[in-house]
Amino acid sequence: MSTGILLQLAQTLLAILLAPLLMGWVNQCRAWLQGRSAPPITQPYRTLKKLFHKDAVIAHNASPLFRFAPYMIFACMALAAGIVPTIVNDLPFSPAADVIALVGIFALARVFLALAAMDIGTSFGTLGARREMLVSFLAEPALLMVFFTASLISQSTELPIIVQTLAHQKFAIYPSLAFAAVAFWMISVAENARIPVDNPSTHLELTMIHEAMILEYSARHLALIEWAVALKLFTYSALGIALFLPWGIAGRGELAALPLALLAMVAKLLLGGAVLAFIETISAKVRLFRAPEFLGTAFLLAVLGMLIHFLLEV
Amino acid sequence: MMETFSLLPLEPVQWAWGVVLFWLALGFAALLLQRVPHLLSRLVFPLGALGALFIAGVGVAGLLLPTSTIILPIGLPDLPFHLRLDALSAFFMVLLGGAAFGITVYASGYFKSMAAGPLALLALWYHLFLGGMVTVLLANDAYAFMVAWEVMALSSYFLVTTDHKVPEIRRAGFLYLLIAHVGAISLLLTFGVLQGGQGDYTFDTMRMAEMTPFWASAAYLLALFGFGAKAGMVPLHVWLPEAHPAAPSPVSALMSGVMLKTAIYGLLRVTFDLLNIQIGWWGTLALALGLITALYGVIFAAVQSDMKRLLAWSSIENIGILLAAFGLTLIFYTDGKGALAALTLTALLYHALNHAFFKGLLFVGTGSVLHATGVRHMGHLGGLMRFMPWTAWLTLIGALAIAGLPPLNGFVSEWLLLQAFLQTPGLTQPYLNMVIPVAAATVALAAALAAYVMVKFFGIVFLGQPRDPALHEAHEAGWPERLGMLWLAAGCVLLGLFPTQVIGWLAPVVSLLTNQSLVNDGNWLMLAPVSAERASYAPLIFFAVVGVVLLLTYIWVRRVYHGRVRRSDPWDCGYPEQDARMQDSAEGFGQPIRQIFEVFMKVERETPDPFSRSPHYHGASLDKAWFIFYVPIARVTNWLSEQAGRLQHGRIQWYLIYSFATLIFLLVFTTR
Repeated sequence: MSTGILLQLAQTLLAILLAPLLMGWVNQCRAWLQGRSAPPITQPYRTLKKLFHKDAVIAHNASPLFRFAPYMIFACMALAAGIVPTIVNDLPFSPAADVIALVGIFALARVFLALAAMDIGTSFGTLGARREMLVSFLAEPALLMVFFTASLISQSTELPIIVQTLAHQKFAIYPSLAFAAVAFWMISVAENARIPVDNPSTHLELTMIHEAMILEYSARHLALIEWAVALKLFTYSALGIALFLPWGIAGRGELAALPLALLAMVAKLLLGGAVLAFIETISAKVRLFRAPEFLGTAFLLAVLGMLIHFLLEV
Repeated sequence: MMETFSLLPLEPVQWAWGVVLFWLALGFAALLLQRVPHLLSRLVFPLGALGALFIAGVGVAGLLLPTSTIILPIGLPDLPFHLRLDALSAFFMVLLGGAAFGITVYASGYFKSMAAGPLALLALWYHLFLGGMVTVLLANDAYAFMVAWEVMALSSYFLVTTDHKVPEIRRAGFLYLLIAHVGAISLLLTFGVLQGGQGDYTFDTMRMAEMTPFWASAAYLLALFGFGAKAGMVPLHVWLPEAHPAAPSPVSALMSGVMLKTAIYGLLRVTFDLLNIQIGWWGTLALALGLITALYGVIFAAVQSDMKRLLAWSSIENIGILLAAFGLTLIFYTDGKGALAALTLTALLYHALNHAFFKGLLFVGTGSVLHATGVRHMGHLGGLMRFMPWTAWLTLIGALAIAGLPPLNGFVSEWLLLQAFLQTPGLTQPYLNMVIPVAAATVALAAALAAYVMVKFFGIVFLGQPRDPALHEAHEAGWPERLGMLWLAAGCVLLGLFPTQVIGWLAPVVSLLTNQSLVNDGNWLMLAPVSAERASYAPLIFFAVVGVVLLLTYIWVRRVYHGRVRRSDPWDCGYPEQDARMQDSAEGFGQPIRQIFEVFMKVERETPDPFSRSPHYHGASLDKAWFIFYVPIARVTNWLSEQAGRLQHGRIQWYLIYSFATLIFLLVFTTR
């Protein structure tokens, strides 16, 4: 148990510390693929450091909610990172929150971000909040349906048990999981404000969603939000890996398997980041009102996955 | 029977009836106190609140103690009132008392500035309303039930029409009265079917009656219609968005938080207690109606601009979720899956309790806004968090809870319901296995949309810049209001943090209705309804970890770095001349939903003329159900009454001929 708690803490801390690195890697890959000279992989850390050192500038009419929200968002994402198994599938904390609660944590962070965006009362802030909620009201149930498919297979909504079931199954093909994986990919793209739903690197009022919400933030508040964004990308990647490519993860008490698991995780993350950058490079951002169609497709795929589970796999 | 009254300690049902009498006395005392208006709000409402607290206590006692009954010799000579307090009644009494306590404490401050005459009348109706609801829960025969049901409907009608000088409010009240009575007729017929030709209308007889499936189904459908009309099931929901904004806020809170639940109570009572048999398709029907109601309600909530109308639509959504849970309970129950029925029923009861607290809180929160600003339309509000921090933060708790966010209470019931949906592979009917994933998806969609609605509600009303300069004078609510809101908010937090305890209290109700109880596999910290392997959720740990991470982050950021803050104008991408009108309006925030779900709505738009000097924009998304179901009925009724009107000429000869013809007809008819 005590090793479990230690591993849990280590794993969570590692996720928090390494999350910006994944962001840096994706940015680097994207720059290479687009023929630009790439920023160093540690660039996100430098940005964070710079932001933490600056004086925070806050609008006159900002309420306490505005200053509280970045801490809340960061705490939510840290908690989410603590629930998702990355290297070792033994998390004493995970029974406190299952996958449905995980969706709830993401929703909590999102609602706080949207409320903070509306707090100053600028035109862009409310616009971003509205668009974010538009994207999420389709993405959130779709994510739940993906989790439901996985938990119907494993008879549990506990992430470690789902991962254990999926990792130690006989090599059987689950068509439902294939649907779920595609849906999950689409949802993660939308939830992490990536192309084709949103573009993290523009501030164009016609298109921006996430960036519009955080326009009024600066310095340490912005740093916390940026870090939380990196953490979210990391958590989603870890989730995708845990659900659909769980091989190599160390089971409970398998300390010897740890180095291998770490290597496997790093390799999968590197690959995943590169694929993300590749897809972002070859696709264009869709118009805002095409985003519901994109997400509606994800939602339908996820529900189809569940139906297929009932049709073929029970 | 008088002897039992003299015995101490009294049984819970007698205590409950005592509180009803106390409320009655209080209501009539209010009429006498018209001359001393300050006593009305300072004495009558706080005493009424104490009564509510006491009712909650009686409810807790009723959950722990065995069922108790009394027969009261009131009413018609051979028809005494039968009252009975079992676990189901007791649970709804806890719900009623808990929510009504906070709301009535709030009301004691809210109605302070009202003129004495109307206030005295309002106090009378208010306490009659409370008493009527408790009697509905206690009634053990159809006669007492219908009398109490009518008292509840009529007193709430008079409460809705408190501002009867406004034509829209009279219209809303009429619509409410009409649908309430259509529902009541259906309930009368339900009891008529249930008594099975024995001529005895006590519930005890009904429990014994043997029913054929046909008549049982007839009773169930009539009950679903009757209680659905009271609860706001689509398409009988049209009175809710009219009546709730019309009523004073504490009354809306009471109607939405508590009165709608009496319909759920009635549905549970008739289906699981009075009827001896249950049939599978009943559940499928209720599930389908519930899902339609939930989705319909939340979509319309998202496009409202009036804050109380928005909350009324959100109540429709929640009633839909309750109905869906009810349907799923029936499906499991008729399929012989008692344990799963227990899980779903627990989710239902939990959600009903939660909704009483958070919807009560949100409605009284809008009441404070209304008091401070006099505006209900969200397009004229904004930025109130700075002027009314208490109201804003407490309302935020309610908004987060209703959006189903952890670790508050809305999440727990949603979690339990989703867990129940995940159990459906155990069902024996294969087609249900196919339908239920879609149902789960619908519930998840409605819950996600609820978050959209709440961000809109809270963000537009409390955040941003004030959309009207007059808002700078908005004042914070007084202490009684704050205390009332604090009680309701505390309910939202505690019900969220201690689900295992709450489920323990629900166990007698669940085992009463399904003969099974939900076993919690976890310890007191951890909620694990099926088994710890399957699913678990520990809100306290969750809350503690978020708190610790928050604190550590805060300390780290403030200690390691300097923590300096500079205030300046908003940046907004460098655009300097921004004013409050550039924020999203209520219509603007709902626009994406309107665009996506336009098929359900009849959208009205008036755009200004390009050359207009004072441009005015009007947009409304109207409920299509009104035009599909109600307008044709109204037309036919109108036409029929016009035809009937032709008989009336105002000439005495014609009326004499009518009487003569009737006489002849009756003579022929009877002598044949």
